[in-house]
Amino acid sequence: MQHLKPARSLALASACVAALWSGAALADPDLSADLVIDGELHIVTRAPSDDTITPYLPERYSGWLFRSEDTRAMQMDDFENPAMIAAEAGAELWTTVDGSAGQSCQDCHGDAEESMRGVRAMMPHVNEDGVLWSMENYVNNCRTERMGAEAWRWSGDEMTSMTSFLSLQSRGMPVAVQIDGPAAPYWEQGREMYYTRYGQLELSCANCHEDSTGQMIRADHLSQGQISGFPTYRLKNAGIVSIHNRFRGCIRDTRAETFAEGSDEFRALELYVASRGMGLGIEGVSVRP
Amino acid sequence: MTDVRPRIRLPRSASAGDSIVVKTLINHDMETGQRRNSAGETIPRQIINRFTCEYNGVMVIDVALEPAISANPYMEFEAVVPESGEFVFTWYDDNGEVYTATEAFEVS
Amino acid sequence: MLTRRDTFAIGLGASAVALLPATAFADAVDDWIAAYTGGAAMEDGGVTITAPEIAENGNTVPVSVSAEGATEIVLVATGNPTPGLGRFTFGPGSGAPMIATRIRLGRTQDVVAIAKMADGTFKTTRVEVKVTIGGCGG
Repeated sequence: MQHLKPARSLALASACVAALWSGAALADPDLSADLVIDGELHIVTRAPSDDTITPYLPERYSGWLFRSEDTRAMQMDDFENPAMIAAEAGAELWTTVDGSAGQSCQDCHGDAEESMRGVRAMMPHVNEDGVLWSMENYVNNCRTERMGAEAWRWSGDEMTSMTSFLSLQSRGMPVAVQIDGPAAPYWEQGREMYYTRYGQLELSCANCHEDSTGQMIRADHLSQGQISGFPTYRLKNAGIVSIHNRFRGCIRDTRAETFAEGSDEFRALELYVASRGMGLGIEGVSVRP
Repeated sequence: MTDVRPRIRLPRSASAGDSIVVKTLINHDMETGQRRNSAGETIPRQIINRFTCEYNGVMVIDVALEPAISANPYMEFEAVVPESGEFVFTWYDDNGEVYTATEAFEVS
Repeated sequence: MLTRRDTFAIGLGASAVALLPATAFADAVDDWIAAYTGGAAMEDGGVTITAPEIAENGNTVPVSVSAEGATEIVLVATGNPTPGLGRFTFGPGSGAPMIATRIRLGRTQDVVAIAKMADGTFKTTRVEVKVTIGGCGG
């Protein structure tokens, strides 16, 4: 594939930079907004920052705070939240027998509300063999090794329905990923990726989500890039978007060859990004533009 | 098309003769017929083109939907409930399929 | 994967559409409205549209309309590929002539609501909804 001529790519890059630093529309998140689901369940959308993981963020904010009033409202009602359809589909999959072992998730795990409580909040997590796994890995491992069923595509309907359902079981609980011990090397790898510039536009995650958070990039309100709301119902897709799917999109938008969903790189990045949101509440399935 | 699941939200209670807010949601791609796939071919239109709500056989609302209604069509409207009874909701798909949901409702 | 050639072709197509005279859209909308009202005059006002000033994503724009005394309401988009959004007919069981739904808007445009009254006359109003192209949101 040919590259843009240097002059054009420079112009493009500076245009983007100019847009970022124009300061013309400095739009801060609505910090007074309170995320309460169905008038009952309060979700923490502001958490204290710290010196080790997010020394450059004054406070940790959920992506929910950066959204318009209408988008925020859609998430506050379990009925109006279109993502709940996927969660319901996931609940059905939970009790559906699949694979040669003739079992459903429920046959081993029982009631998800009990057995899966807190699982999403600690993902991604190093498994028994010392490998960092995302929630999708754990699900597929159960399916292939114990159920004798086929693995689901990372961002296919079944997987996103299941991760939506599982995520719901941790809703309201604070993000609590482990980053020390066996997780440390993955976290370091993820941190390095976060600060690495990618693509023709030479943008790192930090350029937008740390240096410029709160500002507008064209018409998008730059959040901190937290994943506490994932899996999310993106209005743009009118469907559920997984964490790695979003990472892919972000890196593709810097005009880079992006990594694959489920890759080592994205799992490491997922761990680091999750740690930047520690203390924020898991939102179950959020709504984002 | 994955399983189509209609969802209905009615208030917990109402008095006879009240007007209540009814919310409905159904998962459906609402394929507009404007999009193209990676091969450049137009993806054919397939939408829910009609939605009706009846209460005890009386028509509450009859909606003709166009492709510009968002995916997972959401409809919110008001219905009078003169007595207890049953709501019947019907969605008509371009492909001829018809999805229905019923909800009993009691007035106090 | 989009090649540069594809991107140019799409861009060319998009700019061709953008270069269409505004009258092209306007004609289609006027025709649509005339077909609905039978050419009858519409009174301004008496209809309330609630829509965001700026839609965070054009794919899902929450809109609600109400018109006292209306037996039917239609919603029309002035800048979409096709004008019709929906026709909402209120039956005897309706509690109020109102509807809330979510629509797709392809670009900044007016959303027009036309309410048909019990006596066969029409009322109308319109609001502008700005639809933005995301930043790097893809």
